[in-house]
Amino acid sequence: MSSTTDHQPASFAFTPEYMDKAKAHVAKYPDGRQASAVMPLLDLAQRQNGGWLPRKAIEYVADMLDMPSIRALEVATFYTMYNLEPVGENLVEVCTTTPCWLRGSDDIVKACEKTLGISLGGTTPDGKFTLVEAECLGACVNAPMMQIGDDYYEDLDADSTERVLNALKRGETPKPGPQGSRRLTEPAGGPTTLLDQKGAS
Amino acid sequence: MPTLTVDGKEVTVEPGATVLQACEEAGAEIPRFCYHERLSIAGNCRMCLVEMEKAPKPVASCAMPAGDGMVIHTNTETVKKAREGVMEFLLINHPLDCPICDQGGECDLQDQAMAYGRGSSRFDENKRAVEEKYMGPLVKTVMTRCIHCMRCVRFSSEIAGVDDMGAVGRGEDTEITTYLEKAIASELSGNVIDLCPVGALTSKPYAFTARSWELRKTETVDVHDAVGSNIRVDTRGREVMRVLPRLNEDVNEEWLSDKGRFSYDGLKRQRLDRPYVRTNGKLAPATWDEAFAAIAGKLAGLDGSKIGAIAGDLACTESMKAAKDLMTALGSTNMDCRQDGAALDPSCRASYLFNTTIAGIEEADACLLIGTNPRHEAALINARLRKRWLAGGFPIASVGPDADLTYKVDHLGDGTETLSQLASGHHPFIETLKNAERPMLIVGQGALARTDGAAVLAAARKIAEDTGMIADGWNGFNVLHTAAARVGGLDIGFVPGEGGKGTNAILEGAAGGGIDVVWLLGADEIDTGRLGDAFVIYLGSHGDAGAHRADVILPGAAYTEKNATWVNTEGRVQMGYRAAFPPGDAREDWTIVRALSAAVGHTLPYDSLPQLRAAMAQDAAHLADADVIATGNWGTFGLSGDMAAEPFVSPVSDYYMTNPICRASATMAQCSAEIGDHSEKATGTDG
Repeated sequence: MSSTTDHQPASFAFTPEYMDKAKAHVAKYPDGRQASAVMPLLDLAQRQNGGWLPRKAIEYVADMLDMPSIRALEVATFYTMYNLEPVGENLVEVCTTTPCWLRGSDDIVKACEKTLGISLGGTTPDGKFTLVEAECLGACVNAPMMQIGDDYYEDLDADSTERVLNALKRGETPKPGPQGSRRLTEPAGGPTTLLDQKGAS
Repeated sequence: MPTLTVDGKEVTVEPGATVLQACEEAGAEIPRFCYHERLSIAGNCRMCLVEMEKAPKPVASCAMPAGDGMVIHTNTETVKKAREGVMEFLLINHPLDCPICDQGGECDLQDQAMAYGRGSSRFDENKRAVEEKYMGPLVKTVMTRCIHCMRCVRFSSEIAGVDDMGAVGRGEDTEITTYLEKAIASELSGNVIDLCPVGALTSKPYAFTARSWELRKTETVDVHDAVGSNIRVDTRGREVMRVLPRLNEDVNEEWLSDKGRFSYDGLKRQRLDRPYVRTNGKLAPATWDEAFAAIAGKLAGLDGSKIGAIAGDLACTESMKAAKDLMTALGSTNMDCRQDGAALDPSCRASYLFNTTIAGIEEADACLLIGTNPRHEAALINARLRKRWLAGGFPIASVGPDADLTYKVDHLGDGTETLSQLASGHHPFIETLKNAERPMLIVGQGALARTDGAAVLAAARKIAEDTGMIADGWNGFNVLHTAAARVGGLDIGFVPGEGGKGTNAILEGAAGGGIDVVWLLGADEIDTGRLGDAFVIYLGSHGDAGAHRADVILPGAAYTEKNATWVNTEGRVQMGYRAAFPPGDAREDWTIVRALSAAVGHTLPYDSLPQLRAAMAQDAAHLADADVIATGNWGTFGLSGDMAAEPFVSPVSDYYMTNPICRASATMAQCSAEIGDHSEKATGTDG
């Protein structure tokens, strides 16, 4: 963990809107087990704080759940989805684990680096994009893929990657899911079984 | 009771025991790093693998509950190979720096690598390196050596009750740290050093000063509080190199408080290593004869009633006995071992003991604390209370200081008002005590060392009697002492005799006339400003408050430098042994008193320690039986009367600075500055 604190805010508190959500999570657990809500609360804190989790937010959540700060820090450092350093508006996570890699994730990474002008681990000067490598995100059937924010973009190639990123640059929201011709996780060449079923195309 | 077969031998173990425990029962040694019998089971080092029939692969014996009919093998080829595999992985990232590692020679990993190590590594990648973590002035870290057994993390959250340590990151990047690298805020932090099976956490003050095999080990007793922790003092030549705990289930289990463990550098500083006599207002070095002559000259023709003696917190029973006999020979009954003026009643032994016993806490089912902060006054008794509290069904309430004791305490009030309500049975918590089968209460010195101490004691006795704390086979009335000397002093009767003056009266007499000579037996925690013009004789080991005021200084021995008897707060008689000789001209305290007695013409009738101890046994027969608690009979004690309104305050305001030895210790000074008043209620957001 980096010990730099220059970008760490001096304080953190949930806005009323996020506080309501947080309380809803805490209410799911029995009395005295409020600490179980630590993961959703850290996630809420990250969302409120522009995609990353400052120290003060970890302490705030720990305090709110009446647990020691170190216990919340353990959780926050264990899971890669918690960003402990500031990230760009769009966090681009390209999967490079074996199935995606076999299906050409190297090209996707290159396309990202070219389009965004940054290398893996970097953030664009305008703060719009951060590009990172991710381990398997569980969408191997649509490999290669990347996750941007909460959305998966699948069945990528260099062109479609560029298209998605450029759309985001323009402030549009590209359609998530497979970027190729198939629907969801259908076989690449169209359905091969259950063709007589009603509704089969 | 499951019965299982280990290496062809049938063993029956308690229900809930693990396979590892069953193996030990059967005499099979199981290597382990993460497993520790006093901590929760983690099962993450995998070193304790054994083969279990009908199981497809080796099982971690520490985490496998023993089941009826299991057949376990601990010495097969498979087991050896599995453990060698685990060891190889553990050593992948472990540096080969044993020659420069303080753990070398007493390292679990080193020892077990002798049995399961491959001898060479097949790992060609770079080894992982981890930055050192700051954990305070006591624990030194070399985190590259860490094998992530998590013992330290479990200890601090389970036993010490401070969630300061944790493991951040994951997988290969896991690192043990304290939150924001703050010092571990516990009085028991030194124990993580003992627990660490490798050289990741070592003792900072001891760093690079000695190797374990060149130290002479002396088993003795700690005197920094009244717990009487069993310790081992490691010395090289005449220097104390370190202090370690020794196992005693009834007292300290296998833990030691930081003060007992790390204050030993105070044994080398501020020492009185020769007699001094004040001439023309200045203390000047003197010979023993000159010092004795100065005292004899002052005492010549002085009426005994004009002499007073006060014993301090670190005085051994032998020296108090000798001093008492000398005072009696001089015709004085003005003596007191209660330098804080606590209203303890020496006539009834049960009134000043921790009658429940420390181990007995685990049988109690409700507890009331009166004017005490056990975390600071007796850290290991506090750990026992926490252990009992963790087991559940142990409501604890407190009247007095509202401190974080590492467990949940219902703070009923600050002082006597609440105590009166409890004593008169009008407080709801009385019902909790009454309904408990084995209730207990603990009275601290903060409640007794006050002008209304006797009334507080009487109130506590009333609560104990009213709530059934005094029953057959159970005594829930406990006095928590802070001084190792106190119970021994009360046992041999180092208290005012007929018409004699106590601590307060001696000091008043010294200031206002009536007392011309005050003899301080290591008494440093009195207000020396009240000694007035009295001629002060100081017998002790350190140049602390008492020595500064003294007219004659007689240099004595510290606890590691004498064979002495100590009685802990439970009334347990324990023997301390000499680990090193006192510095310079300093001598064992009782021999000084004996020599002084000859110089003032009242030669004491003992020439050897056995003779002195025989005399002690005549005063209190139980002092002859070491390691045994002689129980006291219940009686009437305390004086009913009005109690002052002031709140109870713990006598220990700074845990690290309670006696001359720790005040002379640089390590303790650093702890005091850095960790200091951490037990004030923290909110979690501060810092």
